[in-house]
Order: sequence, then structure tokens, then C-alpha cells
Amino acid sequence: MRAAVVVFPGTNRERDMALALKRAAGGRKPAMLWHGDAELPAGLDLVVLPGGFSYGDYLRCGAMAAQSPIMRAVKAFAERGGHVLGVCNGFQTLCEAGLLPGALLRNASLRFLSMDCHMRVERADTPFTSRFQRGQVFRATMAHGDGNYFADDGTLDRLEDTGLVALRYANPQGETPPEANRNGSARNIAGVLSPNLRVLGVMPHPENQVDPMIDGTDGLPLFESMAASLKAA
Amino acid sequence: MKVRVTVMPKNGVLDPQGKAIGHALGSLGFDGVGEVRAGKVIELDLAETDPQAAKAAAEDMARRLLANAVIESFRVEIA
Repeated sequence: MRAAVVVFPGTNRERDMALALKRAAGGRKPAMLWHGDAELPAGLDLVVLPGGFSYGDYLRCGAMAAQSPIMRAVKAFAERGGHVLGVCNGFQTLCEAGLLPGALLRNASLRFLSMDCHMRVERADTPFTSRFQRGQVFRATMAHGDGNYFADDGTLDRLEDTGLVALRYANPQGETPPEANRNGSARNIAGVLSPNLRVLGVMPHPENQVDPMIDGTDGLPLFESMAASLKAA
Repeated sequence: MKVRVTVMPKNGVLDPQGKAIGHALGSLGFDGVGEVRAGKVIELDLAETDPQAAKAAAEDMARRLLANAVIESFRVEIA
């Protein structure tokens, strides 16, 4: 898997993301790309937009990043069938760039949420989730002020009908009561896929849990899934 | 030419900021305040001197960047 991590002014999770990718890819370090780059290196399998902030998140979270030179290249990469993962601010940027439907609103509580949550894997036949079981619940860390997924009912129905909801906020038992949905996301949606299943946006941080010495490996299957899918490609 | 773009959360989109402002007004003793919605105003100084063309340009800017059509509506007026 040849991966690259994009760094915007304000990104702060790129090192953890790079470590997670390196661990899953058998020690191969991802390339680090700067937001002002207009081109991606040749031969990439995966581009990751990590979490943090971007350009002060002026106007709306991810709105400025979506207009940056590198995002034009990332859009073209996705349109050619490239794999793209956006986490947290990266998810917001993918929505703002039109690579995923919907938008992320201010958390319903108006509070920044910094805590663990659980997510249920809605399908395990995607390049991002093949090392999970369908219905499996895993723990990840939330750290966001604007993670409240919103789309109109027609779009939500279409996402559900076409199986593009990848992850849902759940309790550890795998049920999806409102209490498990701390940011107020529509239908407990935590992760959304593109129609070709090659773009995933997810709000919590699976890269936080990839090392048995540091808070366990709940998030590691996500990275191992990508490494397995993209090795064969 | 100055153009003002007003961006508001769409009807039906949760506006927790507006809600919080409403609560604060209530606690200040302002009675009878119904729904409160909070948006933003963006003022643009355009080189264009024709009002129609300036409005059309600002609308294009709003569609492509200033507002997110998924969650926001906008209104453009010549200031």
C-alpha cells in the first residue's frame, strides 16, 4: 500500500495517522504532502486527510481546505478510482469538496466532545472494513466540535438503501440508542462511503487505537483492511 | 460596488447556536422570543459597477463557497 497523508495549516493528527498507516503497511512510511502541492506523487493507492483543523476552519470546517491546490489533485485522484480516507476534519473537508454527501454541523450539545465512543460496522465488504465483521463494535476516540452529520431525508434514505453508511454510533452491545450518539448525527451515522466504496469519511479517530501499548488496537483493523485491499490492487 | 451576502441555516436544519441565544435571552428576562436563528453576513467590495452583474457574481460566489447548499440558504443584496 502506497499511502500519503495530507497536511493542511492546522492539521494536528498527521503523525498518529502516519504511524497507523506505517504499522498496517508492514513498516512502509506514507508520504507527507503539503496543502499547497498541486500534484500527488505517482503510483499512490491511498490519500488520507487526517484530523485537526485547517485554515482556522474559517467560514465552515473544511471549507477552505476543500478549495486548496492539493484538494483539486485529490478530487481528480478519487475520480480516477483512487482510495481516499478522511478522518474528523478530513471528513468535513471531503463533504465540503463534494466527494461525500451531507455536511457536519455543530454538535447538538454545542460542546466540544473529547471522549471515547463506540461504532458499529455496517458492512465488512469494503476496502476499509474487510478486517472487521459485519455488526462488530469497536471503540474509537472522538475529538470534535462539529461532528453532527446532516443530510436531507432523501439523501439519508439513498445512503441507507445503497449501503453507503459504513459506521454508526452504537453502545458497546451494538445497539444504537440516542445516548450512544453524542454529537446528534442523523441516524447515528459516524462514517459514510462513496458509491464506488473507495472514499470513506469517519468522524472519530481510529488511528488513536492501533498500538497495544497505547490504548489498545480497536482501530487497527481499519488500517489492516486498507493494507490488505490495496496490496492486491 | 458593495454587495452583502446573508447566509442562514436552512429551515429544518438544527441551529444549536440560535437555540442557545434564545435561552440566554430568556434568562435575561426577554419574554415572548420565539425561534432564534443565527447566520452570518459577508460583505464584498466588487470591482463590478453594474448592479445586476455584481449580484450575479456574488450569487455564484455564494453557491460555490460562501454557503453550503446542504445546510444553508443565502440572500444577496446590493449594499
